[in-house]
Amino acid sequence: MIRIERRLEQPGWLNVAVPVGSLVLAFGLSALVLVATGHDPLQTFRRLIHAAFGGQAQLTETVVSATPLAFTGLCAAVAFRMQLFNIGGEGQLYMGAIAAAAAALLLHSLPMAIVIAAMVLAGAAGGGLYALVPGFLRAFLKTNEIITSLMLNYAAALILNYLIFDSQSYWRDTTTAEAKVFPQGKMLPDSAAWPSWTLHGLGLPLGFLLAIGLAATLWFLFSRTRFGFEVKVIGDSPRAATYAGMRTRRKILAVMALSGAVAGVGGASQDGDFRHLLDPRGLQQASYGYAGIVIAALARYNPFAVVLIAFLLGGVQNAGFTLQGADFPSGLVGVMQGLILFSALGCELLVRYRIRLASRARRPVPEAAT
Amino acid sequence: MNNSILVVVLASAVLYGTPLLFAALGELLAERSGVLNLGVEGMMLVGAVMGFWAVQRTSSLALALVVAAIAGGAMALIHAFLVVTLRANQIVSGLALTIFAGAAGLSSYLGNDLNLADQPAKRIFHSVLPKSLRDLPVIGPILFNQSLLVYGSWVVVIVVVLYLRRTRPGLNVRAVGESPAAADAMGINVTVYRYVHTVVGGALAGIGGACFSLSITPQWVDGLTSGAGWIAIALVIFAFWRPGLVLIGAYFFGAFSALPYTLQAHGVTIAPELLQSLPYVMTVLALVLVSSAGAKRRLGAPAALGLPYVREER
Repeated sequence: MIRIERRLEQPGWLNVAVPVGSLVLAFGLSALVLVATGHDPLQTFRRLIHAAFGGQAQLTETVVSATPLAFTGLCAAVAFRMQLFNIGGEGQLYMGAIAAAAAALLLHSLPMAIVIAAMVLAGAAGGGLYALVPGFLRAFLKTNEIITSLMLNYAAALILNYLIFDSQSYWRDTTTAEAKVFPQGKMLPDSAAWPSWTLHGLGLPLGFLLAIGLAATLWFLFSRTRFGFEVKVIGDSPRAATYAGMRTRRKILAVMALSGAVAGVGGASQDGDFRHLLDPRGLQQASYGYAGIVIAALARYNPFAVVLIAFLLGGVQNAGFTLQGADFPSGLVGVMQGLILFSALGCELLVRYRIRLASRARRPVPEAAT
Repeated sequence: MNNSILVVVLASAVLYGTPLLFAALGELLAERSGVLNLGVEGMMLVGAVMGFWAVQRTSSLALALVVAAIAGGAMALIHAFLVVTLRANQIVSGLALTIFAGAAGLSSYLGNDLNLADQPAKRIFHSVLPKSLRDLPVIGPILFNQSLLVYGSWVVVIVVVLYLRRTRPGLNVRAVGESPAAADAMGINVTVYRYVHTVVGGALAGIGGACFSLSITPQWVDGLTSGAGWIAIALVIFAFWRPGLVLIGAYFFGAFSALPYTLQAHGVTIAPELLQSLPYVMTVLALVLVSSAGAKRRLGAPAALGLPYVREER
């Protein structure tokens, strides 16, 4: 007989055991999917791990893939902690990329430090303002933020396409004859190319370091300030928060704006670190927003864990791009991400509940009460 | 007259509204039992790809629909296991289902692995009624120049209405969605009811997905449904959880989904992105409208929607 009982205290080791267990379980389930469709799972995983973490070149590429995921993971973690399900990280990242590219093009003649600072600020503003749309609707009209933020992802993708493919916008390169036939974004000025550093052969782009810095800031904000405390209370019990006089509406707006701003900086990093132009196809091909949700859930909303897990899942995504082909079907990365999230959810049961295996006969029979 | 733009738009509103109708009815059944399933987009895509695979293999449309329904139901079963048995957070589990099955997940994996891209469907759903009916002015193209999928969806609406209003299990499922503890005390098996309605909901979503791959755009491409699953979820809220209103809402959103294609065919030169964003923007606006009106009176949402039921903790 299996009995599920609520835990009164949550032991600390579960914070490590659950994510690790989820990853192991998810790899096992992915192996099942691979076997069921006639692939050799061991071979596939070996190639995947080699392509993701096999050497300095692979690790450097993994950091490139992990950088946007760290931002969207932090974006989801910030909002989900307050039970505010912002799944618009994808669209907020696009808007951040659009705003940061505009800033870089406008300020091209200024010194590099100013241009980079302006891009980060513009990206944060673009993402934050875009996230305020569902935030405002949720705070004042109680509109379901899940659906509105998701619908705005599709709208942001269309805006991105419109700016480059179907208009003569400020972002589009219209100087050469070739660019008129094959539309693409204007190259950003050299002063907008973000620096990167090399540590023992491992490339570390500014964006990744920025993500680590943001994670530290968010950790401080959520665990050491009154703001973070109130956010947690509102997330756990909105009623208790209202009785205690916390301003729920303001917090919804602030958290949504913060969450969107983080994703927006991720968009700025895409422009400055990697793409150096506004690139609609490149931005849309990886579904950073969804992966961010997986990362946030697996990290149990801890900002530092988000960066670590973004690195792991960045490896999977990087391997997916490298290996894509006949014996590595394109959807495998999404399948694995979904299975990781399923496993994390299933294992979460172990955090909240204790599973007892007890035979009925051996349990002491309580005395009759009457 | 039957070529006038209004008639064409209305006729394609019915065509494009049908997958929304199937998926939203499925979601409505699940939500009425208290299970919120945000994985509709994923279930639709897996239904679409498996239905398409079945028609390529067997050339049988009936079999294709069955396969699509089973595929959608199987996806829903994962969600049901997680949220009913393991008491996981329904929102996150639904999102996980969308990621697992969605445009960059299992549906893409299967389409890729079964080599389904770049080929036309071997058979598709055609209009079935005689030409004399189809040529009737105005109502001909809108109501009679449609495929069996459309008429089938009307049957499903009627069945769902009668089931919820007039049958014992229908009454029970409403009880489970409103107050599982009371239902449990009445001797209703909450777990079974939630499992069954979630899985049937998934099967309907799978059929909804197959409407795309077997009728509207008869081929397979990744992300074929482009957000229809999410619009279906919004539709349930928009329709106050009532199947009759879902029918009207589905055609309303169907019209906006169809508009870009029909207007382009009529030589209207507005930026296509502007028109393509209409269904998404309208969904947001519709939700705003409903939530501002609904804040004043009760919306009709099942009271236990999204909450796990744990007998020991009631």
